[in-house]
Amino acid sequence: MSEAPRQGWLARLRAGLARSSDSLRGSIGGIFTRRKLDAASLEELEDALILADLGVATAAELVERLRKERFGKDVTETEVREFLAQAIAAMLEPWAVPIPHRERFRPQVVLVCGVNGTGKTTTVGKLAKQATDAGLSVVLAACDTFRAAAVAQLEIWGQRNGVPVIAGKEGADPAGLAYEALERAQRQRAELLLIDTAGRLHNKAALMDELKKIVRVLKKLDPAAPHDTILVLDATTGQNAHRQVEIFKEMVAISGLIVTKLDGTAKGGVVVSLAQTYKLPVHAVGVGEGIDDLRPFEARPFARALLGLDAT
Amino acid sequence: MFESLTTRLGNVFDRLKRRGALGEADVLEAMRDVRVALLEADVALPVVRDFIAAVREKAIGQEVIRSITPGQMVVKIVHDHLVQLLGSETAALELGSPPAPILMCGLQGSGKTTTSAKLARRLKLKEKKKVLLASLDTRRPAAQEQLEVLARQAEVASLPIVPGQGPLEITRRALDTARREGVDVVILDTAGRLHVDPALMDELVAVQNLAKPHETLLVVDALTGQDAVNVANAFKERVALTGIVLTRMDGDARGGAALSMRAITGKPIKLVGVGEKLDALEPFHPQRVASRILDMGDVVSLVEKAADLVDKEDAEKLAKRLAKGAFDLNDLRTQLQQVTKMGGMGGILAKLPGVAKIKAQMAEANVDETMIKRQIAIINSMTPKERRNPDIIQASRKRRIAAGSGTGVPDINRLLKQHRQMQDMMKRMKKQGGLQSLLGGRGMPQLPPGLFPR
Repeated sequence: MSEAPRQGWLARLRAGLARSSDSLRGSIGGIFTRRKLDAASLEELEDALILADLGVATAAELVERLRKERFGKDVTETEVREFLAQAIAAMLEPWAVPIPHRERFRPQVVLVCGVNGTGKTTTVGKLAKQATDAGLSVVLAACDTFRAAAVAQLEIWGQRNGVPVIAGKEGADPAGLAYEALERAQRQRAELLLIDTAGRLHNKAALMDELKKIVRVLKKLDPAAPHDTILVLDATTGQNAHRQVEIFKEMVAISGLIVTKLDGTAKGGVVVSLAQTYKLPVHAVGVGEGIDDLRPFEARPFARALLGLDAT
Repeated sequence: MFESLTTRLGNVFDRLKRRGALGEADVLEAMRDVRVALLEADVALPVVRDFIAAVREKAIGQEVIRSITPGQMVVKIVHDHLVQLLGSETAALELGSPPAPILMCGLQGSGKTTTSAKLARRLKLKEKKKVLLASLDTRRPAAQEQLEVLARQAEVASLPIVPGQGPLEITRRALDTARREGVDVVILDTAGRLHVDPALMDELVAVQNLAKPHETLLVVDALTGQDAVNVANAFKERVALTGIVLTRMDGDARGGAALSMRAITGKPIKLVGVGEKLDALEPFHPQRVASRILDMGDVVSLVEKAADLVDKEDAEKLAKRLAKGAFDLNDLRTQLQQVTKMGGMGGILAKLPGVAKIKAQMAEANVDETMIKRQIAIINSMTPKERRNPDIIQASRKRRIAAGSGTGVPDINRLLKQHRQMQDMMKRMKKQGGLQSLLGGRGMPQLPPGLFPR
């Protein structure tokens, strides 16, 4: 997908993460003003990482690494942050991959799913903007036929981007609509089909079946479709994100993540363990409601911003 | 919702309850496990810290040492603190004189609009209120249309959309319309906003000042992680919240947000969203949730009952006698009476986890409620001398006792044999120095733990 200006994304992510890392920095800063790295300070440090939603296991793992290398030594706050940022960046580095443009598929089908209220429709709107900016011909499919006015919402995004939106009636079968959308996108020789789906809790079997049906039906027209299946994850989500990824992956073979709402105080720390556990690329991050507020995910700046360090 | 937290805590407590005596180290270890379970459930860290500190202090203190079963007492302490955390009372909406405005606020995607419609429908159906829904969300595309459609589905009136109006204008229009049309409740659905967005928070404050709502509800996604603290605090600082609505309680999140919200905001959780349908909004019952989390509401009431019914003095007297190896039929009767007071074996067993095993043992030993009553009757038919010294009970005494208690001589023999076995165990146990070995004894089916004070 299109390459966003590097400086812009960094600045925005840092601005967004500033508040969260302020508090993280505050709590770490309180622990270390050059003193011996002892058991008590490590425990406080672990708490600080838990507050960033890294999860108990990942926090413990990171702290253990720090303990092995620096225990009993004099450390400064910055050293500790640098160490952790590097460790987190190293964990995320392999997974910072944008959505690939698969030219041999026409259209490349990208299915966007997730639980309710994570920002799927907004993300589809932003993706459409990036794709059209990159010169691709885009078609949107409004397969959220459940939520009231979801279609209208996507249609407005379509207008903003000047791309066609294929929609049915409220309550229509989303799989049928997806089929129709792919058929039309194929006929129009569109390069990218973005399919917006209804939010669904991963523990609702019937709704997950509905999603599987969408995938099944798409395969009738293109056995390789959907070429990318993206799970949109709200950064404010806590450890439940693991369940979401696990089940969506099992059901519809999630191929990557997009993390939204990183412009709040939510740390999105759960991403660190998610990418590792499920071997999933993190394609992009949402940092605002504006049409340009979707940025490629980059490991090093993300990790450094998370720990309140300069992004360089 | 709380299932996996329940399982996690259940494992910790199972280990605790298997122990007869609890040392400080046992409690500390259990508390560490509880801490991890709570954190993995996304309970806010500051809340977890306070919770663990309070429980630890109580659990290590006198109360547990003196309790009938220390493990279960720890569970009860955890339960009591959970209830305290969640708020003990079910909090109802306070509406005030019509038209009473309710202001809904929260982050993007927390479920404000759906909740507004659900609330409107609930007020209409359950409280026969005339409700008006108004969307102040002029930011998200088609948000106002969404509420309009939902209002139609909920069969509730919604304020006509006038394009170009700002949130304050819409508020004014909603209040005017409500007054004019004799509406009881006006629900103001605001745009999702980040708590760190000063301009939008100012706007929310302005709306609140204008509408002067009786209820300002913060809508929070139950899937939220540690950030819940920041969000709740920031909203609380700017707008006077009166309550919380937790959405997506039908998901499989472990309920951390539900546990943290009250402690963070000091405001009660008033409603919970439990599904996508418009009737899927329920009041929040803290007690039941706490019990559900621990999967042991009945154990709690059992412990409470035992604490009420088992006379401490009696128990201590008995303990002293047992320690000396003395255990006569008077003592056996006291034990049996305590069992019946607590609702009989069945009543006790029904309240215990892992009941299946014990029930099988009971069936094998052919024990039932009437048998315990009959045994008490047998002892009641004895003279005080016989009770103190069962050895004097020979054939003619047995016939008399059988006639007096309406049983047969074989029943008397069985009771005496049982008593002898128990006495043997007492002596053996005295040598081993612990009462626990008694509880797995033969002859008598396993007595529920708690009948013997430590």
